[in-house]
Amino acid sequence: MFTRVLVANRGEIAVRVTRTLHRMGVEAVAVHSEPERDAVHVRTADAAVCLGPGPVGDSYLRADRIIEAAKETGAQAVHPGYGLLSENPDFAEACARAGLVFIGPSAEAMRAMGSKIEARNRMMTAGVPVVPGSLEPVRDLGHAFATAGEIGYPVAVKASGAGGGKGFRVAATPDDLKAAIAGASGEGARFFGDPTVYLERYLDDPRHVEVQILGDVHGNVVHLSERDCSIQRRHQKLVEESPAVHVSARIRARIGEIAVAAARAVGYHSAGTVEGLLDGEDFYFLEMNTRIQVEHPVTELVTGIDLVEQQVRIAAGEPLSFTQDDVRLDGHAIECRINAENAAKRFLPAPGTITAYQEPEGEHVRVDSGVEKGTALLPFYDPMIAKLIVWGPDRAAATARMRQALDDFRIDGIATLLPFHRALLATGQWERGETCKDLIEDRHWLNDV
Amino acid sequence: MTIIESDISAVVWKVLVRVGDTVEAGDPVVVLESMKMEIPVESEEPGTVTVVHVSEGEVVDEGASLVTLG
Repeated sequence: MFTRVLVANRGEIAVRVTRTLHRMGVEAVAVHSEPERDAVHVRTADAAVCLGPGPVGDSYLRADRIIEAAKETGAQAVHPGYGLLSENPDFAEACARAGLVFIGPSAEAMRAMGSKIEARNRMMTAGVPVVPGSLEPVRDLGHAFATAGEIGYPVAVKASGAGGGKGFRVAATPDDLKAAIAGASGEGARFFGDPTVYLERYLDDPRHVEVQILGDVHGNVVHLSERDCSIQRRHQKLVEESPAVHVSARIRARIGEIAVAAARAVGYHSAGTVEGLLDGEDFYFLEMNTRIQVEHPVTELVTGIDLVEQQVRIAAGEPLSFTQDDVRLDGHAIECRINAENAAKRFLPAPGTITAYQEPEGEHVRVDSGVEKGTALLPFYDPMIAKLIVWGPDRAAATARMRQALDDFRIDGIATLLPFHRALLATGQWERGETCKDLIEDRHWLNDV
Repeated sequence: MTIIESDISAVVWKVLVRVGDTVEAGDPVVVLESMKMEIPVESEEPGTVTVVHVSEGEVVDEGASLVTLG
């Protein structure tokens, strides 16, 4: 086992990784930007190295400085957290060249899953279901009608660079296809400088369901069941839970097997997440995230397995100490992301200084955070400042506990999503396990939270 | 004279106007970036740019002057 690990991240995930390292008897080295020299993640570590000025390009993304810092402080391995350099295969290779263990999958697996087209093709070859469609550009109308006929209607027409709801049309029948292509292509050209479009089966309000997997370097791969992350704004998750609502034991076993097959197809080791869409009983592969996820704590609370500990053990070459049959789900866990954002102002970020801060406490209440009273939230960094995670014997009990914990959480000086979460978890839509998509897009409802 | 201010602490990502440019109401003059979100700042009225107070990459506080219209 390592004696010292550098944590190449900031905020709550750096604090959370350090906590597990300390429990394992491993020392943690923090890195930080100049304005974050007094941050919580720096104070909780055993040593710290300043990387440079505030902007991430000058600090937390400086792979060269991070590797230098690891060598200088005698770390044997680097944990990248999520975001930043965590899915950068060049960084993983640079670590290896410097004699450091990268706590994550191989650079090859990261590259294979990093390309949308390559990942899709690999998954199809491995027999993993993908959303019916073709990433091949539509050449002409004749080609489009033939492709749409194969995929089946309704068909989504997507501009290659599409995002944020622009460059996207739905053709319910062949009669709509020509206009849908013209609309998506026109917006693609206007907003993304590319008129190219491709076709996919349209799924109406699918659930965003993802499966946590763990693989070791000896070829063992297990899944730790699924998380439902359907509640999102701007394609970013706000609330996550495990197990997923409306997923039966049969579907759970099947999507778990699909995720294990996806991981095996790229020789995956470390923790990873297979993201997909669940439409009724049909699960379609979307992408694989080759890192620890923000929402990993909900899986930890229902399985009792510390995912960061597993990542570290796998990186040290240890085989998994349990099999698929040993993985048991107990109860229900929910996570609310506490972002410095104003939901009433279209989720506009709210940088500023925290003037009062009190985290909720109690049985089965967990807070992963990287801030305290006096922390200045800078425009350079992510708005997510804390995660509130609770466990209950079932979804209703977990919801009740979460609502109490949200009420007990006090953050003054900045706008946060606390009022949004309090309002959302009080709705019938949440109680019924709906995706709450229309609520999150409802200006009037958001104004009132 | 109208001064267009930043209503958020942010990094100036793009400056879209130069001194002498005319702008219409609703035209974006600067794009700010804060906490990984791009925030376009629009002029609320028509006018001619007389001063550009910021440059790309600069960090601005809430209330900072961005562009003055004559």
